[in-house]
Amino acid sequence: MSGKTLYDKIWDAHVVAEQDGEAILYIDLHLIHEVTTPQAFAGLRAAGRPVRRPDRTLAVADHNVPTQGQELGVGAVADEEARLQLQTLERNVKDNRIEFFPMGDIRNGIVHVVGPEQGRTQPGMTIVCGDSHTSTHGAFGALAQGIGTSEVEHVLATQTLRQKKSKNLRVTVNGTPGPGVGAKDFALAIVGAIGTAGGTGSVIEYAGEAIAGLSMEGRMTLCNLAIEAGARAGLVAPDQKTFDYMMGRPAAPKGASWEMALAHWKTFQSDPDAVFDREVVLDAADIAPTVTWGTSPEDVIPVTGNVPAPESFATPDKRASAERALDYMGLTAGQPIADAKIDVVFIGSCTNSRIEDLRSAAQVVQHAFLNGRLVAPHVRAMVVPGSGLVKEQAEEEGLDAIFKAGGFDWREPGCSMCLGMNPDRLAPGERCASTSNRNFEGRQGRGGRTHLMSPAMAAAAAIAGHIVDVREFLP
Amino acid sequence: MKAFTKLDARMAPLAMANIDTDQIIPKQFLKTVEREGLGKGLFYDFRFDEQGREKPDFVLNRPEYKGAGVLVAGDNFGCGSSREHAPWALLDFGISCVISSSFADIFYNNCFQNGLLPVVLKPEEVQALMEEAKGGNHLVTVDLEAQTVVAPSGAAFSFQIDPQRKAKMLQGLDAIGETLTAAKDIDVYETKRALSEPWLEGA
Repeated sequence: MSGKTLYDKIWDAHVVAEQDGEAILYIDLHLIHEVTTPQAFAGLRAAGRPVRRPDRTLAVADHNVPTQGQELGVGAVADEEARLQLQTLERNVKDNRIEFFPMGDIRNGIVHVVGPEQGRTQPGMTIVCGDSHTSTHGAFGALAQGIGTSEVEHVLATQTLRQKKSKNLRVTVNGTPGPGVGAKDFALAIVGAIGTAGGTGSVIEYAGEAIAGLSMEGRMTLCNLAIEAGARAGLVAPDQKTFDYMMGRPAAPKGASWEMALAHWKTFQSDPDAVFDREVVLDAADIAPTVTWGTSPEDVIPVTGNVPAPESFATPDKRASAERALDYMGLTAGQPIADAKIDVVFIGSCTNSRIEDLRSAAQVVQHAFLNGRLVAPHVRAMVVPGSGLVKEQAEEEGLDAIFKAGGFDWREPGCSMCLGMNPDRLAPGERCASTSNRNFEGRQGRGGRTHLMSPAMAAAAAIAGHIVDVREFLP
Repeated sequence: MKAFTKLDARMAPLAMANIDTDQIIPKQFLKTVEREGLGKGLFYDFRFDEQGREKPDFVLNRPEYKGAGVLVAGDNFGCGSSREHAPWALLDFGISCVISSSFADIFYNNCFQNGLLPVVLKPEEVQALMEEAKGGNHLVTVDLEAQTVVAPSGAAFSFQIDPQRKAKMLQGLDAIGETLTAAKDIDVYETKRALSEPWLEGA
């Protein structure tokens, strides 16, 4: 018999029972936020069901919160519907004794930044959240998946999820990346290679020298975008970097418990003879700084490339989508993508708002500043740290001063302009260099045009005033 | 959850691939604490222009497709955000079946929690239905028991569906109630885990 994959091992360790051909899978950590939970709590109330494990549940306020004036409290949130949703969460967590980091608390921030930062996210766990980017936590070798609101209610009531097992897909990235190329470029290149439905029905394990070389922040960026390749979950096997990251975090085990946990975590590796249903192999050296040109995360090109022609696509469906995308994005087939003039730069989101992301963007801004260059006059640029703690650390390192001197707005934590549910959004027709995860039509604001890229690329675009190869901006 | 058994309804064609849940229900409609009333936001940016006027060309605004109960759409329907507001909006609008050659995982799963039937047909079958939907007769029959879609022309296509999901859909069963019948197993699992992974207790 062949060995087990990392996914197989986590799955097997969490099956409570089988019912009607579905597994009842135990959930170790349930992260919740204001947008996808009100109907779930209402359902529990209506049925008179309690929350089974409030201690395995953690709540944050992130999607709706403004990124300015958070000290004024939820009562001051101008958007009435957003305010009601935030207040509903406050009431629900209080009624059910769930730990909650409210808006303005230094521990609050984007749910997928907070979980790892607090040490709540641990290897070998099952983690769910009513948010598709829950895949992020897979960076720690945890099976982490986005779920719908009915499933949120199910997990609150039973601490389990009913599910059938997915397939195993391994994406290996060999080699060493060139300068200016990192996790975001890997992630976009992978989505480009397998398509937005390429991982549907699968859990992706990322492996290879280039993945091992990534920091924990980089691995989170990579796993964050697993869902953009259609996979509900992405995984990176835990290693010394994982354990070093976790040590000393508030919810990480301490002392003798740490040693016991460590021994447990180390077992979560794919066996050498494990068989994957599908394998995809890329070489890091072939990946350039990457940007999206269209309205699907699979619409990627190297920053040195030209916008593709709709005729170059294989199927009528794809040709029609490409035509529509070019029209929406206001681009012409054949134009160099680096010509595209931008109006807005957004550095933030659960994809790229961690300390390393901010450092890499700040490095570009500082280098430009020392050469007498600031954010281009026609560009509105903002940096939104992923949590209060990331913000604090960045300020201790002086990164806020670099951004502000360079002409960026320095904001308070939240999902911000990634999804336009709060005051930060694009106006119709505005073109944005964004470190977020989705370039869908209207995602960042109705009529807004999103180009996904790495934090360093977005910083360089802010200064150039158009999409530009970050390699021209490196010290 | 409402049961789904058999549906005779108008079918509307939406010949686009990768229709994401941001398009199905844009973010401004997610700030609700209710499940009901989301039909007004369904495909909002397709249905209305920037001034909020109906776009007469969009399929669901055309008189021949008014009251459509079935949507036939391109590949990878429902990709993107996990928002269950997407199936809620479709149902509230009156659409209780979507036919496509493939669906994104989370959306597909969310459909079964709500009595919205996602039907997977072969790409050429979806194409054939799409063509028929553009003709003069738009009435289709979707029969979950028989696992068939009968096109306006009378052509019948059969589809595959997981038998357990089918059974629950036919009866409109609640998953939580079913899982709680295994509450003892969950208790046992938790007791064992408290011993093997004690650091996860009392956090």
